[in-house]
Amino acid sequence: MKIAVCVKRVPDMDVRFRIGADNVSVDEAGLKFDINDFDAWAVEAALKLKDKDAGSEVTVISLGPDVVQETIRKALSMGADRGIQLKADKVPFDGLAIAKALSAELKTGGYDLIFFGKMSPDSSNGVVGPMSAELLGLPCVTAISALEIATGRGTAKRELEGAQEIVEFPLPAVLTVDEGLNTARLPSLKGIMAAKKKPLEVKPAQLGEPQVTVRKLELPPERKAGRVVGEGAAAVPELVRLLQTEAKVL
Amino acid sequence: MANVFAFVETRGTDVRKVGLEAVTAARMLAEKSGGGEVHALILGPPGISAKAAQVGQYGADAVVVVEHAGLVNYSPEVATETAADRIKSGGYRAAVFSTSAQGRDLAPRVAARLGVSVVTDVLSFEIEGDTIVVRHPMNIGKVIATIAIAAKPAVIAMRPNVIAPAQNAKAGRVENAQPSIDPATARVKVIETRQGGGGKLDLAEAPVVIAGGRGLKAAENFKLVEDLASAFGNAAVGATRAVTDDGWRPHSDQIGQTGRLVSPELYIAVGISGAVQHLAGMRTSKTIVAVNKDKDAPIFKVADYGIVGDVFEVIPALTAAVREAKKHH
Repeated sequence: MKIAVCVKRVPDMDVRFRIGADNVSVDEAGLKFDINDFDAWAVEAALKLKDKDAGSEVTVISLGPDVVQETIRKALSMGADRGIQLKADKVPFDGLAIAKALSAELKTGGYDLIFFGKMSPDSSNGVVGPMSAELLGLPCVTAISALEIATGRGTAKRELEGAQEIVEFPLPAVLTVDEGLNTARLPSLKGIMAAKKKPLEVKPAQLGEPQVTVRKLELPPERKAGRVVGEGAAAVPELVRLLQTEAKVL
Repeated sequence: MANVFAFVETRGTDVRKVGLEAVTAARMLAEKSGGGEVHALILGPPGISAKAAQVGQYGADAVVVVEHAGLVNYSPEVATETAADRIKSGGYRAAVFSTSAQGRDLAPRVAARLGVSVVTDVLSFEIEGDTIVVRHPMNIGKVIATIAIAAKPAVIAMRPNVIAPAQNAKAGRVENAQPSIDPATARVKVIETRQGGGGKLDLAEAPVVIAGGRGLKAAENFKLVEDLASAFGNAAVGATRAVTDDGWRPHSDQIGQTGRLVSPELYIAVGISGAVQHLAGMRTSKTIVAVNKDKDAPIFKVADYGIVGDVFEVIPALTAAVREAKKHH
């Protein structure tokens, strides 16, 4: 099988972000970057299929400046076979512009399966996978948490609010990956060494014209400092009083 | 003056609350643009047409009803084709969807069909001449972006629970329509929708959310959380990632960066330390209560009210007190 996985380099979220001088981007100084978690699970999903069918080839694609090569190498060190960087100065917010660039590349690859993470935490928009599928005219199942592939067909599970969907689809298809599908493998030392020699092609990204633009970024208002009402079960009456009279939620 | 389209999410023959929120948001957009009409699309199996009047009550001037035996489950391709066709022919200023599991699937597909971009998880919107300007959380809610949408129609998906469904009765003229493609010919088929725990409130829609963490020590101790939820009567139960990773609760219950985002009126964190990835899923809750035995737990920094103590003592006492308080209402 030929499998593609689209991955994004994202900052670690466990920090206090600062707004950059341009007011429309986050100040990247001091931030740590890695592959988006959902995309790592997407890579794992592809590698699991390759584990079962050694003849498979897994291609990892990332759009962005040269630093995304680190992210591609990470996926290669996990076991993917080759990488493609779609070179762009920066990754726009506009999901359609990104989907146009990715689908222009993906349509030439003859892939049986194309994986995406269901969203990335930085832009938090979660639209690139299904938009790419539409542009490619391929069947698409989003946010899958279980997957089985048989000859030419697949079955996936999707988590809904308080329910699950069981979905059948034909190949080739686009799938976006939710948490719960798998646990991403860690690169082995051997994998890291091997990744250095794997092919990584660089091509210009054919980004579409953006239709949505970030006008400004702001930090949300801090929550008012909370208070500890008391200790142990003895504090319950006072908590209930506050919920009734102050917060008015009881 | 411009007309606005709303996609009304359904499950089976039920209209979901987020569907009514989409109609309410579309009504607000129509009013802000000088008083156009709201046209709502509702798809479902036989019986769904009975819900058209309800959609009119929430501000739809026209309700396009697509009732088909092949739509017992959500059909992404039928919904995409039918919504895209309607939006194309209607010349709408904007199209409003929901940022639910279904809306996250559908809105980007429809937008791509229309050749326009889409912004999901929209917190609020304004109209500035030819541009619709929305607010959208980024970096797990630690940054709020103001985004200008030049595309026409502007396709947006509202975050659940930010706009309360408001009754604003309009004519609700019913137009019966056919799906743009026969559901039987769709390539992607939802063969089954498994309802989890019949009748229970969903996390995204419940006014009260009680969530449990590792401090509960074992899966069976979630009974404490469930008892507190039933004392409220309008509460849903959630969990931290640590708990769902350990299999104490299903992944669909996880509140956090990689799980569900909730913003209820009242959030009660039971035995939750407050890891950043959890806070990302609940920090926009109106009132936050935390019970944890560690007085230095980060959850106390975001909690409006905290009790430092053993959850096994505090929660049963709180459950009893809430039952008592509810009795007097």
